[in-house]
Amino acid sequence: MKRSEEVKKNKEGCLLISWRNLPCGAILTDTKKIRENKTGAWRSYRPIYDEKKCIQCLSCWIYCPDSSIIVKDGKVVGINYDYCKGCGICASVCPKKVQAIKMEKEKK
Amino acid sequence: MKKIVAKTGNEALAFAMKQIAPDVVAAYPITPSTEVVYTFSSFVADGEVDTEFVAVESEHSAISACIAAAACGARAMTATASQGLALMHEMLFIASALRLPIVMAVVNRTLSAPLNIHCDHSDSLASRDSGWIQLFCANSQEAYDTLIQAVRIAEECYLPVMVTIDGFILSHCMERIEVLSDEEVKDFIKEFKPNYSLLDVDNPITVGPACLPDSYFEHKRAVAEAMRESLPVIEKVSREFGERFGRYYDIMEGYETKDCEVAIIAMGSTYETATVAVDNLREKGEKVGVFKLKTFRPFPHQKILKELREIPVLGVLDRAEPLSSYGGILYTEIRAVLADEKKKPLTASYIYGLGGREITPEEIEEVFEELFLIKEKGKSKEEVGYIGVK
Amino acid sequence: MASLKELVKRKELFSYGHRACAGCGEVLAVRQVLLAAGENVACAMPTGCLEIVSTIYPHTAWQVPIFHSAFENAAATIAGMESAYRALKRRGKITKEIKFIAFGGDGGTYDIGFQALSGAIERRHRFLYVCTDNQAYMNTGIQRSSATPSFADTTTSPAGKKLPGKLQPRKDIVEIVIAHDVPYAAQTTVAFWNDLVTKVEKALSYDGPTFINILVPCPLGWVYPTDRTIEISRLAVETNFWPLYEYENGVYRLNYEPKERKPIEEWLKMQGRFRHLFLPENQKLIEEFQREVDERFARLKRRVAMSG
Repeated sequence: MKRSEEVKKNKEGCLLISWRNLPCGAILTDTKKIRENKTGAWRSYRPIYDEKKCIQCLSCWIYCPDSSIIVKDGKVVGINYDYCKGCGICASVCPKKVQAIKMEKEKK
Repeated sequence: MKKIVAKTGNEALAFAMKQIAPDVVAAYPITPSTEVVYTFSSFVADGEVDTEFVAVESEHSAISACIAAAACGARAMTATASQGLALMHEMLFIASALRLPIVMAVVNRTLSAPLNIHCDHSDSLASRDSGWIQLFCANSQEAYDTLIQAVRIAEECYLPVMVTIDGFILSHCMERIEVLSDEEVKDFIKEFKPNYSLLDVDNPITVGPACLPDSYFEHKRAVAEAMRESLPVIEKVSREFGERFGRYYDIMEGYETKDCEVAIIAMGSTYETATVAVDNLREKGEKVGVFKLKTFRPFPHQKILKELREIPVLGVLDRAEPLSSYGGILYTEIRAVLADEKKKPLTASYIYGLGGREITPEEIEEVFEELFLIKEKGKSKEEVGYIGVK
Repeated sequence: MASLKELVKRKELFSYGHRACAGCGEVLAVRQVLLAAGENVACAMPTGCLEIVSTIYPHTAWQVPIFHSAFENAAATIAGMESAYRALKRRGKITKEIKFIAFGGDGGTYDIGFQALSGAIERRHRFLYVCTDNQAYMNTGIQRSSATPSFADTTTSPAGKKLPGKLQPRKDIVEIVIAHDVPYAAQTTVAFWNDLVTKVEKALSYDGPTFINILVPCPLGWVYPTDRTIEISRLAVETNFWPLYEYENGVYRLNYEPKERKPIEEWLKMQGRFRHLFLPENQKLIEEFQREVDERFARLKRRVAMSG
C-alpha cells in the first residue's frame, strides 16, 4: 500500500498525524514550528521595561535564557511576552543605578 | 574472468568491506570478529581504501559513531560479536528507529557467563527485536556475497542490516571464495543516497527528538512497516545479484526437501553439516531433508508457511538457549506461524552447539531417527531436546 | 573577542519556545555558546534536560543541526559526525567548513559519558565538548553525580539526621581532560559571558579536541529563586569556588582573580541545597568546605605559576 494514498486530512485539509505521514526516522526539519510553544503562559511575574531609563548595556539580552529581549538595530526595545517565562534575570542584571526593568506580579 | 581466492570467513568479510569502501568504519576488537577489523585497518594503512577508520574505545562507541556518521549521510559499517553486540544493544534500537542503513558483520559467539569465545547464536538472537534485518550465512562465500547485498538492502529500506557468520567455524576457516572485481561491487552497491544529513548546515535538522505518547507509537509503527516492506527488497536484491554474478540465495532454502517425510531447519553453518547427514540417510533410502533459514529478520512467515506446511515432521534446531523453559527461539516462532494451519508438521525443538560445542552429521542423523519415531507416534515432542549435551 | 554589540547582531541559534525551567542556566549557556560559534556548526547532545526541553517532537529549538542519540555517547556521536565529515570532505561530497560541538551535562560528561569522552579526546577528533555543569542529574529529579560538591543535598545524597548530604568532594573534570594533553581546555560560567564567548572562540580555532566546563546554576536543583541565576554564577567565581581559568598549549592562565575572595558561606547560603549547613552543629562543615575551596584554588595558582 502506498503511504500517500492513506494520508488522512481533517476538515480543514490539514494532515493528521499518522504513522503513514511521519518523517522517516522522526527527524525534525521545521526549525520555526517551536514558536507554537508560547511559554509566556508560564509566567507569574512580568518584567516591565522602561525604554527611557535604559542605557542599552544589553545585559538583559545576553543573560536571557529564553531569548525574549526584543532587540532592533542592536538596541533593546522591549520584551517578548509570548515566550518570556518571567524568571526575573533581566531585572536582576539591569544595573542597580538604572533599573530599567522591574518585575510585577502577573494579573490572572 | 572469475577470480578465486583462499580466505577465512573474516578475511572474506573484510575484503568485501574494502570493496564496498564505506565512508566510515568505527570498530572495536572482539574475538572472533577482530580479524575483520584488523584486516580492514591494514587495507586503510596500505592506502587500498580511503575509508575513515575510527578505532573506538568500546563497541558502544563503535555503533554510536556509525549511527552518527550515517546520520551525517555517510555510509558506515562495523563488525562485532557476542559481548560487543550485547554492549551495543541499546544503540541497535536507535539505529533502526532513526532509519539509518548501517551494515554490520556479526561473527556469532555465545554470551557470558561462563566466558566462552566460541560459536552459538545467542548474541544475534538476543537482539532480534531491535529492528535490524538479520541475515544468517551458511558459508563464507555466502557471507561475502551477502555483505555486498546488505549495503543495497539497507540503503533501499533505510534499515540497518546484520550479516552473520558462525564464529571460528566459518570466521577462522579457510575457504575457496569467488570474489567480484572492485568495479562490479561498486556498480552493484551504487551511490549512497542518504535519507537526511546533519552536515547540511544550511538546512539544519534535529535528529533523535523526544517523542511523547502522542507520537512515539506512530514512529514505531512506521519502523514496523519498513521491516515488513524489506522482505521483497531482500528478495529483489538477492535475485539481481544472482542474475549478475550467478550465485543465487533465497530467504529460505532447502536441500532434499521435495518429497521428505521428516525435515530439520537450522540457521548458519549447521545447514551444510546437515546436508551430509541428509546424504547419508538418503543413501539408505530414508526421505529426509534440511531447510536453512537465512533471513531471520524480517521473519519470512509466508515463505515458512509455504515451505513447511506439507512436511510431516519438523525438527527445529536452535543454536541458542533462550531460558524460557519452552524451547528455542526459532522453534517458537515457527510453531506460531504454523499454529492455525489444518495441515501442519509435528514438531520438536532441539537446542545444540552452545559455546562452540561441535555438532556432527552423526548427531543430526540421530535427530532424524527421532523425528521418524515422532512420525510413528503421531505426536509432537513436548520436551526440549539437547543435542550433544553431556 | 566578539563584543555585545557584535553578538547582538548575530542570529539566535537556540530559539525561544523551548521548555526549560524559568531561569535555567543550562539553556543560557547553550545560547551563549552558539552565539559565539556562529552558524556553520553541527552539534550533538546526550539524553538529559537539554534534550528534553529543546526537542520534543514536533518542535526543535535548534537552528543548527543537532543529534541526540543516547545518554552515554555524546562524545562518540560527535566523533562519528566528525569522521563522516572528514570522509565526505576527502571524497569531495562536502566543501563547507563545519565545526563540531557536543553539549553534555555533568552526568553525561563526568559519569556515564566519561569513557566515550576520554576515547574521543584521545583519538584527536576535532570538536569542542561543552559540559554544562549543574552539578547533579537534574532531568531525573536531582540525583548526585560526581560533579556534585561536598555536602550538597540531592535526592540520592539527601541531608538527613545522620548524613549531611554528599560526603565526597566533586571530581575535577577539567584536570582530567587536561591530562589527555588537549590543546585547549577551560572553565567558565554564564555570568561571565565575555569570558565564555572568548573561550568558545579560542576552543573552536584549534584543530583538535577542546573542552569547556561551564557552571550553569539550576534554580530547581540548587533551590533558589529563578532571578538569582547570574548572581549565583558570579558569586561562584568571586568565592574562588569556580575559578575562571584556561589551559592552552601547556600553559595555565587564571582569567580572573577576585581582589578579595568572598567567603564561601555567601555562595552556600543562597542555595537551598546547602540549607542544612547553616544549622549550628554543621558550622564545621562550612569551614571544611572553605578549606577545600582554598586548597583547590591554591593548587590551581601553583599550576599557573609553574606553567607560565
